[in-house]
Amino acid sequence: MEAKVRVARYDPDGNRDHHFDEYTVQLAENAMVLDALIDIRENVDETLSVRCSCRSAICGSCAMRVNGKATLVCNTPMSRVAPNGEQITVEPMGNMPVLKDLVVDLEVFWNKVKAITPWIQPEGPKPEREYIVADEHMQNLINTVQCILCGACVSDCTVLEVDPSFMGPAALAKAYRFAADPRDGHKQERLELYSQASGMWDCTHCFQCVEVCPKGVAPMDWILELRREAEAAGLKDHNGVRHSESLAHSVKESGWLDEAKLAMDSYGKFSDKLKLVPVGVRTILKGKMPKTGPFHHKRPGAEHVTRIFEELEGKHS
Amino acid sequence: MKYAFYPGCVAKGGAPELYDSTLAVAAAIGLELVELTGAACTGAGVLSERNPELADTLNARTLAMAEKEGLPLMNICSTCHGVFSQANARLKKDPEYRARVNQHLAPEGLQYSGTTEVKHMLWVLMEDVGPEKLKSLVTNPLGDLKAAPFYGCYIVRPSWVLGYDIKPERKHYLEDLIAILGAEPVEYQGATKCCGFPILTMNRTNSLTMTGTHVSEATEKGADCMVTPCPLCHLNLDGGQVEAAGVVKKHLALPVLHLPQMVGLALGIPRDKLGLRKNLVDTGPVLEKVLGVNR
Ligand code: FES
Repeated sequence: MEAKVRVARYDPDGNRDHHFDEYTVQLAENAMVLDALIDIRENVDETLSVRCSCRSAICGSCAMRVNGKATLVCNTPMSRVAPNGEQITVEPMGNMPVLKDLVVDLEVFWNKVKAITPWIQPEGPKPEREYIVADEHMQNLINTVQCILCGACVSDCTVLEVDPSFMGPAALAKAYRFAADPRDGHKQERLELYSQASGMWDCTHCFQCVEVCPKGVAPMDWILELRREAEAAGLKDHNGVRHSESLAHSVKESGWLDEAKLAMDSYGKFSDKLKLVPVGVRTILKGKMPKTGPFHHKRPGAEHVTRIFEELEGKHS
Repeated sequence: MKYAFYPGCVAKGGAPELYDSTLAVAAAIGLELVELTGAACTGAGVLSERNPELADTLNARTLAMAEKEGLPLMNICSTCHGVFSQANARLKKDPEYRARVNQHLAPEGLQYSGTTEVKHMLWVLMEDVGPEKLKSLVTNPLGDLKAAPFYGCYIVRPSWVLGYDIKPERKHYLEDLIAILGAEPVEYQGATKCCGFPILTMNRTNSLTMTGTHVSEATEKGADCMVTPCPLCHLNLDGGQVEAAGVVKKHLALPVLHLPQMVGLALGIPRDKLGLRKNLVDTGPVLEKVLGVNR
């Protein structure tokens, strides 16, 4: 097959700024995007820098963006991204500085992972032999241990785009992996650490990391699990917890959201509540009136919603 | 074409103009809507985060209401749409789970057997009404209006829950619709990113930086307005635009239309029925460009 590839180029020692080069190469029908890049490097342009190793979606070194989405190029078939022979665009990962062409500096990524204390810290007397863990206690951790640290989730995280201090999806998923490990003796400290600014509550729930993770780790799911763990551990003094509690309360009592109350309840500090005043005033001046009138009413059938809450609250599968 | 209609909380609360414009557009196109007045809030992802089974049960209740009517479920919120789609996928896949959930619906005489189809109004327009019929209904093509699409995360990701693998064209429905209505879609990075609304109270700076970045990028690319199928995104993009401008330190004044407001303009629906005066960022410049009048 003919593969048309547009590749992002950058050489810190060269005299050109970031730009794109276009290549066309002949490949086998079942070729991966990485095969195209290697073919280019071997046969067309030896100055192209590409990082790869295992070519089997194991080592995690070949993550980059194909048509704007982070992926492992060694297991991304050309036929999937260019089913009709379209030109594809390959760029380095985002949210990390580019060293050269398609190779990024992963230091940012590693520093985030290191910051969550990614090793087990047991407490109490050591067992005579190994630590024994029941199978069911490890079930929750299976997804997160499958992470190959490729950086794809960090590349496409929408929060990191605006705030490089965010712990990020890979580190937080790993944080869950250690906080939930029954052999670890520092769960409470861990949850406190991960609840701080730039931690679990800064995730927007945008699903980017779920979408791009090549190993099905779904980091966001574990960030949300961390939030449940933190709340269960009594770490409730956070706008995230207040928001979640107020939303649940409103739906439980009336069947639907009391938006104004939710906004007020979510802010812990009075000075923060005041920030709602300007938008409140603009809303009133524009004559926005809820369809059900100025006061929040119960929806018909709300008693069944309340009942369902009572039956299922506190239950977590 | 008849649908069980789920308006969601915001269209009945903070964005009444979305509710009004939806009804006006549905009437003009001939969509018959049976509103599920007793349906609960989807939980907007927050309830699923707190207690997945509880959220799925409430959403199964709504899906069961639609099933009882024998109608597909039409919603008008990317977030509601995503939450329903995710719950529906879990309930369809696992009969045991469905049976457990159904135990909580039984006292109300409801039961969900997994047949309800969930469709956002955007999908109804593009798949059920279809481009040809839509084109024929456009009496007031939007001329040289440039509109920047803003999807909302939940109608885009995870793509496999939303059927993008089967219908890849769903990726560009908003752009396609903008073109059908006679306007020009603006290409920019922000279209499928996060508006920031979910963390507005947790990290206001990050939230408003997201909104400010997308609005300013769309403006720089020449957009006259944004259009969104998500009222929660609208709360940040329109409602929070003044504050976002302060955070990104740029002058921002980009009108943000709800999906049916834009469709309604092209169908020649009187602008008062579309609630265009209720958007917080003045929609006057859009009206001027489309109709040659300002209010
Ligand atoms: S080369 Fe090892 S994961 Fe792609």
